[in-house]
Amino acid sequence: MELICPAGTPAAFREAVDAGADAVYCGFRDETNARNFPGLNFSRDELKTAIAYARQRKVMTFVAINTFMRAGQEKLWHDAVDDAVRLGADALILADFGLMAYTAERHPEQRLHVSVQASASNADAVKFLVETFGAKRVVLPRILTIPDIARLARQISCEIEVFVFGGLCVMAEGRCSLSSYATGKSPNMHGVCSPASHVRYREDGSELVSELGDYTINRFPAGEAAGYPTLCKGRFDIAEERGYAFEDPVSLDVMDHIDALRDAGVGALKIEGRQRGKAYVAEVVSIMRRAVAANADERPALLSRLRRLSEGQKTTSGAYEKRWR
Amino acid sequence: MTLPFAMTAPFRIAPLSVIEHATRLVFAQVVQQHPDLFDRLGEHADKRYAFVPTDLPVGFLVEPSARRISVHRKPHLPVAQACMGGKLVLLLALLEGQIDGDAVFFSRSLTITGDMEAMLALRNALDDCNIDLPADIARMSGPFAPLVRRAAAEIRTRALSREAATWN
Amino acid sequence: MPASTHPSLSLGPVLYLWDGPKWRDFYFRIADEAPVEHVTIGEAVCSKRLHFIEPHVAEVIERLEGAGKKVSLASLALVTLERESQLVRGLVRDSVHPIEANDLSALGLLAGKPHSVGPLINVYNGATARLLASRGATSICLPPELPMASVRDIVRDAPDIAFEIFGFGRVPLAISARCAHARSKGLVKDNCQFICGEDSDGLIVDTLDRQPFLALNGVQTMSHTCQSLLQELGELTAAGIGRIRLSPQDCDMVMVARIYDDVATGRCSSAEGIERLALAYPGVPLSNGFHYGQTGASWIAAPAGSPHGGERWQMS
Repeated sequence: MELICPAGTPAAFREAVDAGADAVYCGFRDETNARNFPGLNFSRDELKTAIAYARQRKVMTFVAINTFMRAGQEKLWHDAVDDAVRLGADALILADFGLMAYTAERHPEQRLHVSVQASASNADAVKFLVETFGAKRVVLPRILTIPDIARLARQISCEIEVFVFGGLCVMAEGRCSLSSYATGKSPNMHGVCSPASHVRYREDGSELVSELGDYTINRFPAGEAAGYPTLCKGRFDIAEERGYAFEDPVSLDVMDHIDALRDAGVGALKIEGRQRGKAYVAEVVSIMRRAVAANADERPALLSRLRRLSEGQKTTSGAYEKRWR
Repeated sequence: MTLPFAMTAPFRIAPLSVIEHATRLVFAQVVQQHPDLFDRLGEHADKRYAFVPTDLPVGFLVEPSARRISVHRKPHLPVAQACMGGKLVLLLALLEGQIDGDAVFFSRSLTITGDMEAMLALRNALDDCNIDLPADIARMSGPFAPLVRRAAAEIRTRALSREAATWN
Repeated sequence: MPASTHPSLSLGPVLYLWDGPKWRDFYFRIADEAPVEHVTIGEAVCSKRLHFIEPHVAEVIERLEGAGKKVSLASLALVTLERESQLVRGLVRDSVHPIEANDLSALGLLAGKPHSVGPLINVYNGATARLLASRGATSICLPPELPMASVRDIVRDAPDIAFEIFGFGRVPLAISARCAHARSKGLVKDNCQFICGEDSDGLIVDTLDRQPFLALNGVQTMSHTCQSLLQELGELTAAGIGRIRLSPQDCDMVMVARIYDDVATGRCSSAEGIERLALAYPGVPLSNGFHYGQTGASWIAAPAGSPHGGERWQMS
């Protein structure tokens, strides 16, 4: 199975390549990708250098242009596609139908992957994208169980890539306006979720309070591991109950299910985390590389080390296991 | 954990002007070795960043667009848009991109107040820079470079491994 | 661009779980009294709920059509199970009524058939609207988070298709495989006991500082505020929006429809309309921030004659 690894900077890109990635995915330094965070991502020149570095080592580069074209600003997205093709991207990861149509028409030879943000969660949806835009691979939303994936794989003709480690979207990806409701900045239009520009941490007595815009997202008592104030991982009150209404501050880890995913027909395992540092990328990629090759009984020892790096220092199998629902 | 005495002692006994002079030399060296450091900051380059080691009696103020660093004795720290606090060894390890900022932050070994976006931009810019403090410092140390480099690297390794032990 | 003098009103599907008789009686009253031209019915949120309304669908359609309303059927928003795929396929195959596509599977299956596109499909630009139109879409209800600048551009770029705007109701903000509603009452989705039926207008989620923030509706997360684009009707009409969607809340929706109709036709000012709306749907603050490209939860009071200006108020 291919290992698809994140890079938010050229330094992280090189770490991912050196640590054993089969492909590295990255984006341009603007709103055309879903990790449009300050100080992150690639200029055209940086991407060119990165692709050359990867190619020398027989590693592929995927370019994520996976936000939705803002009406009136389509040129930004069109340029991103044209430039990524020109610079030799091995695949473009797209979510917007209009942009997929543009790519399929202007660059018919370009390999097109369906981003998780497109929310193609069933066979008919995938067929629609394969038939209409010639998509070669679909990144499945993190809302399917492994049996769901196996059933889906039997019904479609394109490759399947799934997220196995890193940040976890609790909501169906590409269909969430929670962030823009609280901050005005939208994952789909601006490539940000719970943006740092609207995040504030403050001490209240012994508690660490995290806020997003005008809303308190969490309060961490002294000694408790903190989390980023991502809306869907906040602590809220519902009726008389206080708790994590949607999900704890955990991250996704389905490495225990690698064999089941392979048997289900998954061809590529994706690591989330373009916003994480190069130290994280290097460590995660190298451990995952070994874990994919290892026997099932050797994996736990390899993977326990990863969990220290996780958000809230806890992990979940998420929707891949039915009981998560 | 506590810092090796060799690292903290100068900050306790040396006059502020001496510390500041040394810090500026190191800062200038880092900026010279990594001219692209502040490119990634974009609009955030005009902001003021404070770094406050919890285990030292001083704090550092960085003004990227002016290529300036200044040292201030606690509690007389100037106003900054974004402030990061934590043990010196952690701040240095972050500077070098040796540890993952998110992981350290989630474990609450690090505090960030003020402009999160600016601090995130700086974190990401630093992460792309491959700063290697012992090597950078050594470049300005003339004939004693290998010695200084080895000493700095050793201190870093010892401090980091002890810190890592406290996380697990 | 359609040059109508005022937009027509449509009623979106009931997004909450109401029991069969409540659901039926709601639509009977809409049929008899509400000044809406178009009604979309069906279960869009959760496939487990379908059996509540199924016994009443035929009589509701009959009553609505008897009153001269155009009826469409909503497809599911989130399709992951084989059973759900079969439901969508069956709907597309068997329906004699136009279908509103709410996920990609319905979009794919409806190719070549006239259909409408619901607000949960990501249409953010004219190119996407034109692509959907080329495959048979005749109308699109644009995503609620779209700012007016985008709405204007999309309508201009896709002149051969009708557009609808989410003009009233709690905003559907997200949908998940996990049921937060069931979880909040100590249950899980697979054995949920249809607990979301206890909250006919959503279950309020407060921040830890007791600030009302969101509303749970089964697997869907909605805004606590009620989006209202009553003030913006003139601007939307001028931009070529032909239809305003009212999303049912558990309140007097006939009154809500009348208020929108009165403002749309000029029988009442938008300021007066807003005042009446506060009575028709009491206790829930209004929001329109998305329209102005701002925090969706915010309320921007537009002074008369200045659709873009106005002070920003945080209603919470």
